[in-house]
Amino acid sequence: MADEIPNPPPAGGPAAGGAPTPPPAPAATPATGGATAAVAKPAAATAAKPAAKKDDSRIAPPQKTYVPRPGLMDQIKDSQIWRSIFRHGYPNTVRNRSLAVLSNVFLHLHPVNVRTSGLRLSFTWCMGGLTFFLFLVEIITGVLLMFYYRPTGEYAYQDIIALGEHVPMGVMREIHRWAAHAMVITVWLHMFRVFMTGSYKPPREFNWNIGVILLVLTLLLSFTGYLLPWDQLAIWAITVGSNMARATPIAGYEGPLAALITIDDVKLVHSGDDARFALLGGRFVGEATLLRFYVLHCIFIPLVATILMAVHFWRIRKDGGISGPL
Amino acid sequence: MKDFFNALADPSRFFLIFTVAVLAMLRWREFFTAPKVALTIFAGAVIFFVWALKDPGFKANISKPDNIPIIFMLFLVGYFSWLSLYRAVKNDRRIDRGELPEEAVESPKKVLVWPDLVYSEFICMLIGTAILVIWAILLKAPLEEPANPNKTPNPSKAPWYFLGLQEMLVYFDPWLAGVILPGLIVNGLMAIPYVDTNPKGNGYYTFKERPFAITSFFFGFVVLWVSMIILMTFLRGPNQAFFGPFEQWNLHKVEPTVNIQFSQIFWQQWLGTSRPINWLMREMPGILLVLGYLAVTPIVLAKTVCKKMVTQMGNPRFLTMMIMFLIMVAMPIKMVLRWTCNLQFIVNIQELALNI
Repeated sequence: MADEIPNPPPAGGPAAGGAPTPPPAPAATPATGGATAAVAKPAAATAAKPAAKKDDSRIAPPQKTYVPRPGLMDQIKDSQIWRSIFRHGYPNTVRNRSLAVLSNVFLHLHPVNVRTSGLRLSFTWCMGGLTFFLFLVEIITGVLLMFYYRPTGEYAYQDIIALGEHVPMGVMREIHRWAAHAMVITVWLHMFRVFMTGSYKPPREFNWNIGVILLVLTLLLSFTGYLLPWDQLAIWAITVGSNMARATPIAGYEGPLAALITIDDVKLVHSGDDARFALLGGRFVGEATLLRFYVLHCIFIPLVATILMAVHFWRIRKDGGISGPL
Repeated sequence: MKDFFNALADPSRFFLIFTVAVLAMLRWREFFTAPKVALTIFAGAVIFFVWALKDPGFKANISKPDNIPIIFMLFLVGYFSWLSLYRAVKNDRRIDRGELPEEAVESPKKVLVWPDLVYSEFICMLIGTAILVIWAILLKAPLEEPANPNKTPNPSKAPWYFLGLQEMLVYFDPWLAGVILPGLIVNGLMAIPYVDTNPKGNGYYTFKERPFAITSFFFGFVVLWVSMIILMTFLRGPNQAFFGPFEQWNLHKVEPTVNIQFSQIFWQQWLGTSRPINWLMREMPGILLVLGYLAVTPIVLAKTVCKKMVTQMGNPRFLTMMIMFLIMVAMPIKMVLRWTCNLQFIVNIQELALNI
C-alpha cells in the first residue's frame, strides 16, 4: 500500500491518486513535482471525494524507484483478508480518514467532518454520546443477566441473589442498575444542553420530538426493570407507580367519569378490566406483571428505542450535524 | 444549627428558597457565573454535605444505594446550569460588543471526525466504563426482602425519577398528577420547537436573546422537576409526612389535615349560606374559576401585555404556549394555596371522582 511506506510518500501518493481525471481545481495544487504531497489541508477534503469512486491508492504507483522490504505488518495489511475488511489505508491522510468513517457501518453514524465548535465538550457535554454508550452497556450486561434470571415468582428473587453470590464476576447487576440510573440522568442533561443551545429550533424540530419519545422510553425501560428483582422495593415502587393508571379518566375504575359508563347500573369499567389491569395483567402486581414487564423490558421497549435511536442519529446528520450558529 | 436547616426545608420554604435562588441566578447571572463566586457556592455545598453526613439520620437517608444517583444528579445539574449560563454570559457580552458568538467564530472551521471526534468519544467511553465499574464494585445494588404483597412498606415510593410526579400527588388528584399532567409534560416538551418561533440562539449559548424561553425551562426543569424529586426523596418519610433533613423518621408523625374545598370557601365563608345540594351548582364557582384561568387568561394577555408576541407567533402558537405555561404555573399556584389557606380542591365532584 503506497501510503503506508514510512518514508515521505512520493508524488502520485494518495491525494494525487485520483487526480488524472481532473476534479474541481483545488486538487491540482498538491500534485506538484517531487514535493511531499501536502494533503492535510481542508481544501483537499472536498477534492478527495471524487477520488473515492475509483480507489487507486492500493495499486503501487509505477514510477516508484525505491521500495523498502515490507515488514510483517505490511504483509498482513497487504493480504486479501485484511483488505477485504478494511478498504482504506492507514488513516493519516484526509482521504483515508474520510474513508475510515465512510466505510465503517458504525462510524458512519458520524458525518465525515464536524464543526470545531461542536467538538468542544463544553458545548455538547458529551451527554448524548454517553446516553448511547450507557444504552450499549445496558444491552451487554442485560444479556448476561438474562442467562441467569427467570421471570417467575418462584425463581426471580433467588436468581437475583445468585447473580451476586454464585455467578463469576457478580457485579453485572450492579453495573446494569447504576448504568440505568446514570442513563436517566444523562438523557435529562442531554435535553438540558439541547435546550440551552437552542438546538431544537428549525431544522431540528422533528428530531427533538424523537428525542422526547426516547426520553419516555428510557423512563419506561427503567420503570419496567425496577420490578424484576422481585423484592419489596420493586413491587411496591411499581404498585405506587401503576396505581396512577387506575385514575385514568374514563379508562381507570377510580378515574373521573368512569362511573358514568354503565349499562343498567352495571359498571363497565371496574378493577378487572381497566387501564391498570391491562398494564399489570391482574388486579395487583403479581406474577403476570413480572412476566409482562420482563418482556417489555427485554424485548419490546429496547427494540422500539433502537429503531428510534437510528432515526435520531440519522436525522442529526440530515439536519446538518451537531448544531452550530446558522 | 440543625434545627435551622430542618425549618428551612419545610416544603413551602424549601420551594420558595429554590425558586428565588434559581430566579436570582438567572437575573444576576453575570455575578453568579463568575468562576470565583461559582466555586465558592460549590465549596459551600460540599462543606454542607460533609458536615451533614456526620448526622446519622441524614447519612442513612443519603446513602441508600438508590439515592446516590440523585446526589450525582444534583451536583451535575448545578454544574451544567453554571456552565451553560457562563457560556451564555460570555456570548451575550460578545454580541453586545457587536462580535459574533464564540461558536459562530469557530463553526465555519470543520475538523475531521477521525481522529478528533472519535478519539474524544473513545475517551468518554473509557471514563464512563471506569466510573461504572468502580461504582458497581463499591456499591451493592439494593435488594430487600422477597416481594410480599401483604406487607406494605411505609413510606412506599415510586422509582426516584418519578418522585416529582409523586410529590404532585400531595397537591393534585391521581388522575391529574399521575395521568394528565405527565401526558401534558410530554406534549409540552414536544410542542416547544413549534411554539418557540424566536430564530435567535440556534446553535449557541445565549441568555439575552431568549430570556423567556430559558427562564421557563429553568423553572420547569430545575425548580419543578429536580427540586420536587429532592423534596420527595429526602424530605418525605412515613405517611408521606414531611421530615427535615436532620429529623428522625418517626412513624407516628401525622400532619393534621384541615383541608377545605373551594366550594366551602365560596358558599359558606364568602356568601354565608350552606352549599347547594346539586353538585353542578355547588362546584360551579370552582369550574368557572378553572375555565377562566385556562381560557380567559390567554385572551386577556393576548389583548394587553402580549400583543406583540401574538402578532409574532400567530394565534394557535400563542394559545398552545399559554395553556402549557398556565398548566405549568398551576402547580406552584396550587401549592401556595395549600400552604396559605389549606385549600384542597378547587373543583371537588366526588360524584364523578373529578377533583381539580
